[in-house]
Amino acid sequence: MRVAETYGPYEPRGTGRLLESIAAWMLAILWILPLAYAVWTAFHPPEFSVRFDPTAPLTFDNFTRAWSAAPFARYFLNTIILVALVLASQLVLCTLAAYAFARYEFPGSSIAFALVLAQLMIMPDVLIVENYSTLNTLGLVDSIPAIALPYVASAFGIFLLRQTFKTVPKELDDAARVEGASALQTLLKVYVPLAKPVYLAYGLVSVSYHWNNFLWPLIITSSVESRPLTVGLQVFSSTDQGIDWAIICAATLMTSAPLLVGFLLFQRQFVQSFMRAGIR
Amino acid sequence: MKRSAAAIHGWLLLLPAMAILALFTHWPAFATLVDSFYSTPRPRRPQKFVGLDNYGYLLSDPVFWQAVSNNLWFAAWTIPASIGLAMLMAVLVNDRIFARGFVRMAYFTPTVLPMIAVANIWLFFYTPQYGLLEQILGLLGFPSHNWLGSKDTALAAVTMVAIWKEAGFFMIFYLAALQQIPPNLSEAAALEGASRWTFFRRVQFPLLMPTTLFVLINAVINAFRMVDHLFVLTRGGPDNATTLLLYYIYEVGFSFWDTAYAASLTAVLLAVLAFTALVQYGVLEKRIHYR
Repeated sequence: MRVAETYGPYEPRGTGRLLESIAAWMLAILWILPLAYAVWTAFHPPEFSVRFDPTAPLTFDNFTRAWSAAPFARYFLNTIILVALVLASQLVLCTLAAYAFARYEFPGSSIAFALVLAQLMIMPDVLIVENYSTLNTLGLVDSIPAIALPYVASAFGIFLLRQTFKTVPKELDDAARVEGASALQTLLKVYVPLAKPVYLAYGLVSVSYHWNNFLWPLIITSSVESRPLTVGLQVFSSTDQGIDWAIICAATLMTSAPLLVGFLLFQRQFVQSFMRAGIR
Repeated sequence: MKRSAAAIHGWLLLLPAMAILALFTHWPAFATLVDSFYSTPRPRRPQKFVGLDNYGYLLSDPVFWQAVSNNLWFAAWTIPASIGLAMLMAVLVNDRIFARGFVRMAYFTPTVLPMIAVANIWLFFYTPQYGLLEQILGLLGFPSHNWLGSKDTALAAVTMVAIWKEAGFFMIFYLAALQQIPPNLSEAAALEGASRWTFFRRVQFPLLMPTTLFVLINAVINAFRMVDHLFVLTRGGPDNATTLLLYYIYEVGFSFWDTAYAASLTAVLLAVLAFTALVQYGVLEKRIHYR
């Protein structure tokens, strides 16, 4: 964020500032329009779904109807378990691997690093056919761990943490070793606390990604017991709900609500996390 | 620490992540190539080596070519449009406009929403006769049109959704980069009497090039990965007008259960991604100036 209070020579002032604001506002309204439309529909009775009458009564009915029309409580639980499982495993695996790449010299490390980076291009998202057959062999199809497994060793997380660990002064590491700390203790006591902002950034990105992920969970799950929210929403809205937009919009907002509310409350952290995670 | 001990420690730390990566990234990528040379195992016909038969079939499959051309069209519109809009948005919210916080939030919100959920909203938006788009166009006197149901507009309609979803995400990288441009550059440019457009074109735009490279690579990958919205909006239809490559892989692999042919299609997609990686590391990184 900018600290200086003076205007730069190219920052618009007066009329220019007003005109630029209007342009930015029009684009912003266009961008938020679909969402605003869904909010309108979800909070009004179905007969007002496509009629914009400012006097239309507000209602919470669509949400209660959607909630009872499909096992959304179970879907929420599944998604929360999934997101927690993925994040916890990613943090452990990526921290260990990143530490190895940042602070150990061993034969084959650069080849191993190249093999890790390959995942940035060849993501599990496109390897659906073979990964399904692997999980089928392992007998894990239609389970929450099966949704998580292909993603738990994240090249992106390893890379991000390696970069961070490399900036930790070697003297801190040596000092901990002199005091008799083992490699793992040094990692936990010195490196992990210093990388906290990066962990937060990575965590937010990972949670958003896996809360929203759809194609792989669609393929690997087939029952209510393992289906996450995104797949549950798709099953719900594609079966006989075709006409009742009010209830579909309510279900849609319900599904996105935790992330949306989290984003509105912690906007700055979200934006900075996505930014930190993106700039390598 | 002795060298050998360091090597053992290093590999032990690496082992869990490497094992998962090998099982779910390296092995499947390799198995894709192998399986593409075999037939699909069926209950009474075991898998057998068929050489290039799958690829021969692929070359003569009109749906494959349709998916390729759709995907290229999708990429050709989403990549420049989302990057251009992202740059414009970043320049706008970098200035001190009124209600900057709201504007920035409006641009970024689509990024945090699940694609499958926003696709539902867009489906409603595009609904013939009473969807919002139809109502607005009706007020302006345009005839009614089935945006998703007609072959001429369906692909454009799903492309719009992708651009809408991505632009705000790319915006934040441009915003970060704009804020790192030292203010003395704009002062110097102003002293030289450069117009704002000249300043953008000759100073800001070149300095944003590393960001553009990063965003471009992401946009290319996304153009071949983003298919969630198709499941809600069109299911690849009408008449394959919106089938993208990954969606076709899903159909072949999990609706028709022709895993060998799906493997050949996946091999094509992997080749596209590998080519992107080569271009990134080989050509672009050398030519773009980093500070």
